Amino acid sequence: MKIVRVIITMTVLIGIWQAIVWIAKTPPYILPGPGRVVSALIDNTELIASHALYTFAEILLGLAIGTCLGVTSALVMTRFAPARRWLLPVLVVSQALPVFALAPLLVLWLGYGMGSKVAMAVLIIFFPVTAACYDGLRHTNSGWIDLARTMGASRSAVIRNIRLPAALPALASGLRIAAAVAPIGAVVGEWVGSSKGLGYLMLHANARMQIDLMFAALLTLAVFAIALYFSIDRLMKHLLKWHPETLSRL
Amino acid sequence: MPLSVHIKNASLEFDGRLLFDNLDFELSGGQWTCLLGASGVGKTTLIKLIADLVDNAQARAEITTSDGEPLKERVAWMAQQDLLLPWLDVLDNVMLGARLRGNVDDSCRDRAMALIEKVGLADSERALPDSLSGGMRQRAALARTLMEDRPVTLMDEPFAQVDAITRHSLQELSAELLAGKTTLLVTHDPLEALRVGHVLYVLNGRPARVSEAIRPPGNPVRTPQAVSATNLHSDLLATLAGEQLTG
Repeated sequence: MKIVRVIITMTVLIGIWQAIVWIAKTPPYILPGPGRVVSALIDNTELIASHALYTFAEILLGLAIGTCLGVTSALVMTRFAPARRWLLPVLVVSQALPVFALAPLLVLWLGYGMGSKVAMAVLIIFFPVTAACYDGLRHTNSGWIDLARTMGASRSAVIRNIRLPAALPALASGLRIAAAVAPIGAVVGEWVGSSKGLGYLMLHANARMQIDLMFAALLTLAVFAIALYFSIDRLMKHLLKWHPETLSRL
Repeated sequence: MPLSVHIKNASLEFDGRLLFDNLDFELSGGQWTCLLGASGVGKTTLIKLIADLVDNAQARAEITTSDGEPLKERVAWMAQQDLLLPWLDVLDNVMLGARLRGNVDDSCRDRAMALIEKVGLADSERALPDSLSGGMRQRAALARTLMEDRPVTLMDEPFAQVDAITRHSLQELSAELLAGKTTLLVTHDPLEALRVGHVLYVLNGRPARVSEAIRPPGNPVRTPQAVSATNLHSDLLATLAGEQLTG
């Protein structure tokens, strides 16, 4: 049923897009129709695939590193009160900084390669993952912790067996947000300075008025971002069978 | 030889208010001791103090045991909530202590299965807690408590959240399976205390004091008729009600 809903929504959106092209008679270098975009996608499959692989690698690496860093920070803040007092204000301030404004600096420091784009993705997802995981860890039922203490559990055993699984529903919300925003971080990094990736291809195609190719790259990015979101959503649903209320309503 | 425990000079100050002071009572070896008290008198804090679960400088107690060894890590804990971990099935919940200590093996699994069967959950070992009724969840919690096989069991109103019929059968089951273990049951229900307790103490007053030991005639588990025959129910109720009125 969910798949059917997605297909219907996509069909309606594509229909609206085609209708705008027909009614407004927009030239293809301003807004190409869906047909032209599909042709551009087919004609440039190899080109788009090579750039897409690069961007996907950046996104996945950023997501993995950002999640590890976020979960580690949340664990450190939960475990050590002084770390909490020092890290929490830094986290809040980091959220107030426009991360996109840091992109030129990251390119300057880390170069035109993959590093600066991965760093952008990491920066953009670090806060939602840390905040969500910390919130989940902090609200672990104190009765479970008491019970574990009477059972002679070590702190690390309590974290592994109780605190982390209990924080999973909250962490899942953070991961869903991370999956949605990680592609933005990677592409913005590519726009600022790169020689590879879908963001670079879009800029390049735009400069040469190849708007259909630009749309084809955009479409590829959108499909990957949606697939990433749903994969994480599915994984969370699998891990959270015991916690149905956190399941995505999508 | 079952372990007996002596609690001496137990006191707790909370928000500048003395909840209880200089409490002195004993958990007789191999017997059920029931500590009765109205809500808010500090029963839960007291039992947590015995279990070494209170991280509060204002709470203290001298706890000595008949073998002279510390009580810490020799108690099994059963709280008001079943405290089953919702992501683990019944079997894994029962083996929680072993999981936390990293010593799950086949013999541990066999013991857990035998206990699950004993508490009447034989076909539910793979069920998640959410799919169980309140009574079944408490049975699983009881199996988890028994799995720890500790000389002392501390129970904090474990049957308060189930219906009367289920409570009745759980009291019987617990008394049967914990027979011979030193057990402290904290409860606000005089009937429950009279049904399962060898020794009863009443906690009342501000700050709370513990009464002299009350030893109802006959052996637990007492039938409702035997409980009535003790003629203690109304006295206990009056003591508890007095506490609420003066509080």
